[in-house]
Amino acid sequence: MTIAIEALVKIIVLVLVVLGTVAYLVLLERKVSAYMQDRIGPNRVGPKGLFQPFADILKLVLKEQIVPEKATQFIHALAPVISITVALSALAVIPFGNYIVIGGQKISLMIANVNVGVLYILALSSLGVYGITLSGWGSNSKYSLLGGLRSSAQMISYELSLGLSIIGVLMVNGTLQLNKIVEAQSGWHWNIFYQPLGFLVFFVAAFAETNRLPFDLPEAEPELVGGYHTEYSGMRWGLFFLSEYTNMIVSSALMATLYFGGWSLPFVNYASMSPNIAALVQVVTFMFKTGIFIFIYMWVRWTLPRFRYDQLMNIGWKVLLPLAILNLLGTGAVMLAVK
Amino acid sequence: MSENGNERIKPKMSLWERLYFPEILRGMSITIRVFFRPKFTRQYPEERWIPPPVFRGRPVLVMEDETGVERCVACGLCARVCPSLAIQVQAAETELDKERYPKLFEINMLRCIFCGFCEEVCPEEAIIMSKEFELTFTNPKDAIYGKDKLLIPASQLKDRLDFLKQYR
Repeated sequence: MTIAIEALVKIIVLVLVVLGTVAYLVLLERKVSAYMQDRIGPNRVGPKGLFQPFADILKLVLKEQIVPEKATQFIHALAPVISITVALSALAVIPFGNYIVIGGQKISLMIANVNVGVLYILALSSLGVYGITLSGWGSNSKYSLLGGLRSSAQMISYELSLGLSIIGVLMVNGTLQLNKIVEAQSGWHWNIFYQPLGFLVFFVAAFAETNRLPFDLPEAEPELVGGYHTEYSGMRWGLFFLSEYTNMIVSSALMATLYFGGWSLPFVNYASMSPNIAALVQVVTFMFKTGIFIFIYMWVRWTLPRFRYDQLMNIGWKVLLPLAILNLLGTGAVMLAVK
Repeated sequence: MSENGNERIKPKMSLWERLYFPEILRGMSITIRVFFRPKFTRQYPEERWIPPPVFRGRPVLVMEDETGVERCVACGLCARVCPSLAIQVQAAETELDKERYPKLFEINMLRCIFCGFCEEVCPEEAIIMSKEFELTFTNPKDAIYGKDKLLIPASQLKDRLDFLKQYR
């Protein structure tokens, strides 16, 4: 019973924090894009434009929901829900810190300490395709359909290299549990030093998985209007937006966890601190690392133009996949030699 | 070259360029430099641009500070030269030294094209271009500026008057 309550509290806190963060990420994205284009960006709502997210959300909620007459109503309504559910549930296995102590009880700072954590995330990220594909199909519009088709092809081909690049990490650390992976990286044993190529592949594939700009073909505005969410409006469209940013948080958190030591800091001795303060330091560390990757996401988005579709497929199958396999073989060979 | 001349020209790239990542990093270094560059956006309603004296804002009639009388002698040259026929002048007699004054002086700001011909042609330096450029009206009738809006004391137009003395 207490476990259920504990998990429920953690879920509620995490979802609220993440949704709040997403709202502010939208503002951050607008600010970053503005600064990179020699502009200032939104600064009218509240001090320095800090209340802009509230205005944005209010607008989305108050907007009319327009559903195309010939759309498959049920699927049209279902697709954004799938997208956001999948995006949010991937957060369940990410460790934000080691543990906190409340009333003499150890509470670990991850919602579910599943022993197949990495597998769970891979499974969910492939489920995410359904949200986009179904929205493309259910809207009964050619732009949506093309967007949905592209996205399913793109996500499936990049999932391969994503999974293969993670296998390198699993070989080095010998576990699928994300918390254990973080613990194995304490000190300066960050996986980025052992798996630089693997990280590169993961990094590029993660961009394609989250449909962020150099690979945002599913929603390529100039050619597909809005891609899979052309026929969505109001909060349903907002849910897609939300899931895109949540995906961004998840993959940034994954990069921090898998390759950059997660919540651990190499030069800090957690044993000398009281556990709650240690947990605070860990959470801040983790958020900082994740935040850097989120910024890189935006930085790349406002730097690079979109790939052509054939280029995208070429990179996925002819460059990233061989690199991932090479990385796998190299890791195996080195591990054999070291043993 | 193919027959229809539509052959795509592929640029020759070195291996370094084909690696793609170094070039991406180069692009990203450019954007991050722009990111930290000071921005020159002007926050318009709060921060306003004050035009230099060369600027041609809406035409106004110069009013002498001491007497409160307009310089205009209602010769009608401005109305004559105006390419968009925006100016209407009706002359009348007066007891003052200048003997003539405009009974009615109207500029239709919907017609005015801010060319400054009226200012150029005026023998008395009585109609000049001001610095005002934010004109709003909600109906065509409001756009016709009469003497009440056109008369501006010379002291407020010093910049432009000095400019005209120096360069004309």
